[in-house]
Amino acid sequence: MINKKFASAEEAIADIQDGDTLLMGGFGLCGIPENCIEALVKKGVKNLTCISNNAGVDNFGIGLMLHQKQVKKMISSYVGENAEFERQLLSGELDVELIPQGTLAFRCMAAGYGMPAIFTPAGIGTEVAFGKEIRNFNGKDYLLEQAFESNFAIVKAWKGDTAGNLIFKATSRNFNTVMAMAGKITIAEVEELVEPGELDPNQIHTPGVYVHRIFQGSHYEKRIEKKTIRE
Amino acid sequence: MLDKEAIAKRIAKEIQNNSYVNLGIGIPTLVANYIPKNIEVCFQSENGLLGMGPFPTESEVDPDLINAGKQTITMMPGAALFDSAMSFGMIHAQKIDLTILGAMEVSENGDIANWKIPGKMVKGMGGAMDLVASAKNIIVAMQHVNKSGESKLLPKCTLPLTGIRCVKKIVTELAVISILPQGGFKLLERAPGVSVDTIKKATLGKLIIDGDIPEMAFD
Repeated sequence: MINKKFASAEEAIADIQDGDTLLMGGFGLCGIPENCIEALVKKGVKNLTCISNNAGVDNFGIGLMLHQKQVKKMISSYVGENAEFERQLLSGELDVELIPQGTLAFRCMAAGYGMPAIFTPAGIGTEVAFGKEIRNFNGKDYLLEQAFESNFAIVKAWKGDTAGNLIFKATSRNFNTVMAMAGKITIAEVEELVEPGELDPNQIHTPGVYVHRIFQGSHYEKRIEKKTIRE
Repeated sequence: MLDKEAIAKRIAKEIQNNSYVNLGIGIPTLVANYIPKNIEVCFQSENGLLGMGPFPTESEVDPDLINAGKQTITMMPGAALFDSAMSFGMIHAQKIDLTILGAMEVSENGDIANWKIPGKMVKGMGGAMDLVASAKNIIVAMQHVNKSGESKLLPKCTLPLTGIRCVKKIVTELAVISILPQGGFKLLERAPGVSVDTIKKATLGKLIIDGDIPEMAFD
């Protein structure tokens, strides 16, 4: 079996350059690639465009990269749990493009399925539609939205094998599977890395063909953004 | 006048048996607490879960299991997990029967504004533009007037839109109102003790009052 194992996050992200566009998996802080974010902060690459549903919090997730001023542009559906983000946005240091969450997912999906674009009704009649092609199908208007182009996708899975097959746990799957499919080079960090044959092929969420580099992650904090319990 | 819990309780009566429902953040989240015993409902969380259960106990907390508001949650027996593309796929394919969400403004033709106030920090639309573009039925839970006392039920929205001609019903602290296909806020019910006149004064858009307006009934 093709072996995609890398020794560490540092090695897996070594060729990410200033100005690259990165797809980054996760929803809120759930299922984010903690080890790769840490390595990117250490490496200090700058002028990055990050496509990610959210932008982390002040001292965790993509918030750590924002704090080091490594991000030039965010493409997200919901941001602002983050004071430094707000400061950079208002001062003009950071560019933000807000897009509907489904559009974010579908533009990844399109890239992963080899489709140049998709049609979605999300944003019709709103400022999201400005300057975009609109087509009417069966009496309803749809916006043309193009597949994402990115240099790298960085995702985090629960389990993976050295062939790159991935399995996700609970709602940490979120954008990780579609982003994994969309990267020119996809880097996966996993909580548990095993040999080919140890994962049940019936249970694979992301087939290894979409994953170019995989490594055993460590010291996952899995911070909870809004811990809510019942009495 | 209804408090937030009572608004949620009134909206819960709108939920049909055997339906798939997406609840937004705020008052809509409270609706889950008031589902009648004889009603089977399956809650969708757009970050990738059908069959969302109540908040966990301390020992059940799992950082990998959250709702779209980033709160920790649990799963019901029979729950299913999926990715964000499939989640919005089922929304746009109209597999979700009902969306309940909050709003800053609703117009008399069913336009909704709930994501952006010019001049203020914009957090984003999240999944709201997808939900309102494709939901079969949309109920808005909100206050009838804003903090400055201005009506939120308008002839035309003044804030940037989230979606157009999509809201079917509005439940506020004063009234239950449906939006007619040809446009207009049709008054269906009054909150206990609230007069039609009070509702008229709080509604800037075209209010249609047809006959006697009953008070809301709570079981």
